[in-house]
Amino acid sequence: MDTWNTFRTDGHVGITTEIIKYSGGGGDQVHAYVARPHTDGPVPGIVAVHHMPGWDEFYQEFSERLARHGYNVICPDLYCRFGHGLSDDVTAKVRAEGGVHDDSVVADCEAAAGWLNAQPNTNGKVGIIGSCSGGRHAVLAASRVPGFNAVVDLWGGGVVMSEDQLSPARPVAPIDLTSHLGAPLLGIFGNDDQHPTPEQVDIHEAELEKQSNVYEFHRYDGAGHGFFYYHTPMYRPVQAMDAWNKIFAFFAMNLAG
Amino acid sequence: MCTTISNTTPIAGVGKGPGGWFPLIQATVAYDHATHSVAEHALLLDFTNYDIGTEARVALEMDLASGKALLEQLRGAIEAAEASV
Repeated sequence: MDTWNTFRTDGHVGITTEIIKYSGGGGDQVHAYVARPHTDGPVPGIVAVHHMPGWDEFYQEFSERLARHGYNVICPDLYCRFGHGLSDDVTAKVRAEGGVHDDSVVADCEAAAGWLNAQPNTNGKVGIIGSCSGGRHAVLAASRVPGFNAVVDLWGGGVVMSEDQLSPARPVAPIDLTSHLGAPLLGIFGNDDQHPTPEQVDIHEAELEKQSNVYEFHRYDGAGHGFFYYHTPMYRPVQAMDAWNKIFAFFAMNLAG
Repeated sequence: MCTTISNTTPIAGVGKGPGGWFPLIQATVAYDHATHSVAEHALLLDFTNYDIGTEARVALEMDLASGKALLEQLRGAIEAAEASV
């Protein structure tokens, strides 16, 4: 069973990381952080969808962790079209402009899945994972376009949206597309979170039940929003590491060749 | 964004960044993920001039109580200034 910190000391564990440009939505050249294990494969791929705070160092390390567990990982810079600079400055500009458009994110994620499937060591399976807005985007992308075999939503705020929360950039609530979600879904949530609230998680789960989706939700006491973020006081190590092992198990089960 | 709380207004002013003073043309007030605060979410105030570049930005993060206190002082100062002219 694949869990964190269980590699063999005589095994070959190594990854290569780099920033590339790939053909994203609309054929635009989009920056992406790529982390790949040293292996001829075949290995599955994962699209890592960064959170609202941007294409940042956390997501580079997040991608590396998944790669060390045997996945080709691509993490597109979803804010690439807003310009470049320090990550938090670019994020502020995105915020000022009302957020990145859902269509742009879905197109970049679809193209990222295509990039993974074009790698010589692919096993043809692709997962998608994101936290915060990235969790919402992961669910949205897998509901709108084919090609994802597993979805992980880490406390995605805005999967359940009221009418007044819809905006030009986010015109559809992902929960309304649940019947189109063909891939199994793993949801990880903190019970002290307000974005999404436990009640919104319950509403999402009820819709998944209603549509007979394959899913598993895990809710953690003593954890709020962003409890994986070890660079913040929100970090909850026990809950986070338990959830990481659920992610590894979920991807192993659904992305095996 | 997780909260979608974000409002923008044109402003006329100047701000000081690492490279010195520069003109400001826009302010954004949001409540969303903190970047450097110790809270999950914070009031995010960005005073910017994207005509210059993404780095032309004076950024503030504060909790809601601080935002209310600041708002009170802004209102008081503005009312006093308008009464004095």
